[in-house]
Amino acid sequence: MMYDGGKIIIGLLIFIGFSTFPFLFTMGKAVAKPEPKIDTPEIQKMVDKKCIESKQYMKTEHMVILNDWRDAVVRDGLRLYKSKDGRSFDMSLQNTCMKCHSSKKKFCDECHNYVAVKPYCWDCHIAPQEGT
Amino acid sequence: MGILFSFAVVIAIVLIVFAGVRGAGLNYLFAIIIPYLALLTFIIGVTYRVFNWGRSAVPFRVPTTGGQQFTLPWIKSNKLDNPHTSYGVIGRMILEVLLFRSLFRNTKAELHDGPRLVYGSEKLLWLAAIAFHYSFLVILLRHLRFFTVPVPTPIQFLEFVDSFFQVGAPLVYITNFVIVIALLFLLYRRLGMPQIKYISLPSDYFPLFLILAIVLSGIYMRYFDKVDIVGVKQITMGLVSFRPTIPDGIGIIFYIHLTLVCTLFAYFPFSKLVHMAGVFLSPTRNLANNNRMQRHVNPWDYPIKVRSYDDYENEFREKMKKAGIPVEKE
Ligand code: HEC
Ligand code: HEC
Ligand code: HEC
Ligand code: HEM
Repeated sequence: MMYDGGKIIIGLLIFIGFSTFPFLFTMGKAVAKPEPKIDTPEIQKMVDKKCIESKQYMKTEHMVILNDWRDAVVRDGLRLYKSKDGRSFDMSLQNTCMKCHSSKKKFCDECHNYVAVKPYCWDCHIAPQEGT
Repeated sequence: MGILFSFAVVIAIVLIVFAGVRGAGLNYLFAIIIPYLALLTFIIGVTYRVFNWGRSAVPFRVPTTGGQQFTLPWIKSNKLDNPHTSYGVIGRMILEVLLFRSLFRNTKAELHDGPRLVYGSEKLLWLAAIAFHYSFLVILLRHLRFFTVPVPTPIQFLEFVDSFFQVGAPLVYITNFVIVIALLFLLYRRLGMPQIKYISLPSDYFPLFLILAIVLSGIYMRYFDKVDIVGVKQITMGLVSFRPTIPDGIGIIFYIHLTLVCTLFAYFPFSKLVHMAGVFLSPTRNLANNNRMQRHVNPWDYPIKVRSYDDYENEFREKMKKAGIPVEKE
């Protein structure tokens, strides 16, 4: 027996709705995981298909690399990046990353849409033309 | 004692995760089973507590008020601090839940030279509480980006606003700073103020240490020891779609963060933290002060058989007359 039972039950339903929101929103649908494509012409030309650092490192640290590059170029005028295994790269978002990963849609966006990050870099920097 | 104990429990949880995931490889336990159990405990526990509160009778309106009661129409009454209508109560509840109005009225007592007892206003606690609760809410809502595909626009907008200053990469969130500062103040209040420390119990310290550990592990995971966020989202989406999966190579710090969160959720219904639900059922806040306008009957009252004087006289009228006792009706 509850006093003001109607109001309390409405409150509880709202509470349960909020706390199970992700379950209700998904309704048991399977969600495809992102598949960033690394089959661009530039990468296909490579013998040893490697990013500037190891894949695991790139996965978690690529935004830090970009941030460090930006600071190095814009503030200190340094443009040469030496990777851990001794290769050299021009520190550039458009001319280095996007040269190999020449489809932003099929690569960067694939992951970013999945986790809802929207790097604001593209407000100024120009992404390579898609579909070429 | 209580401080050290609470701190040790939090450390123990971290060590258990370390041993369980690194040592015994119990990833499935920590990433799937414990989260489900914790959520169930949370929902069932809070519901049960609310049902229990709902069963208690409220025989009388409890007018702890901060304003003039409604009496006569030409005497100005305070409609929010001493409401006598449902609308007034709704207004009071909104202010209480969203702005912590009664905490705003909080005072502190200080003993000055003399000795003289002085009451002063104490707004810092209110400020820290507001800062903490709203940061927590924003962080919790932002976390929905791990639990929804596609991520709803309001959540993305929240993320945009929270990272408005566009500092660093990954972007720095404003709430991360606010919540840490607020938590440190709330902790200082209990550790550094003798009067508060005197009345603090492990159940006061533990939630503070636990939430601080959650927040610090989250910040550490985002900016320092990064994990594969795409992998994390595969776990979380697996959980919410009941298709559990665990990709390889997710850092231990994620399991620590998650298990601390599960501890918080499972502990919630048994602790003072249920004030989240309790605030809505506070009799001093959610009842209109209409004692003078409506009769409130205590449902727990023993049913008393009432006998009126009329009845009494009807029964004994003749005898009363004979004995010369005056009666009302001849
Ligand atoms: C020389 C060509 C090249 C350049 C330059 C390059 N990448 Fe890569 N990148 C690759 C290749 C090839 C892979 C796949 C590596 C693998 O599978 O081991 C890759 C993988 C990645 C991954 C991991 C993808 C996944 O599936 O997990 C990320 C993230 C990434 N790159 C980002 C960047 C960023 C950001 C830059 C610029 C700072 C950059 N890359 C520059 C060739 C390049
Ligand atoms: C307000 C516009 C603007 C935004 C937003 C912006 N940049 Fe830049 N960025 C510039 C300008 C201007 C330069 C200087 C170009 C030069 O000197 O070659 C630059 C240079 C760079 C460079 C080095 C030079 C090169 O060719 O790439 C990197 C790396 C870089 N930005 C990364 C980023 C990243 C990553 C983001 C997003 C997090 C970002 N930028 C957002 C304007 C911007
Ligand atoms: C393997 C998936 C993946 C790929 C591929 C990828 N990213 Fe990311 N990126 C992420 C994740 C996940 C985050 C967010 C990390 C977080 O929230 O802690 C992120 C964040 C960023 C950020 C920081 C944004 C912010 O708001 O904090 C930048 C900049 C960025 N990525 C640039 C790139 C660029 C440029 C590419 C394409 C060359 C790329 N990324 C490809 C997964 C990826
Ligand atoms: C009580 C609930 C929680 C609180 C208070 C909390 C707190 C935090 C904080 C303060 C951060 C730092 C970055 C940010 O603010 O986004 C963070 C990050 C993170 N949290 Fe939580 N968390 C909670 C629940 C969870 C849950 C349930 C999960 C997943 C199962 C989770 C996974 C993560 C991950 C993966 C990050 C890193 C985010 C990134 O790198 O962008 N958290 N958390």
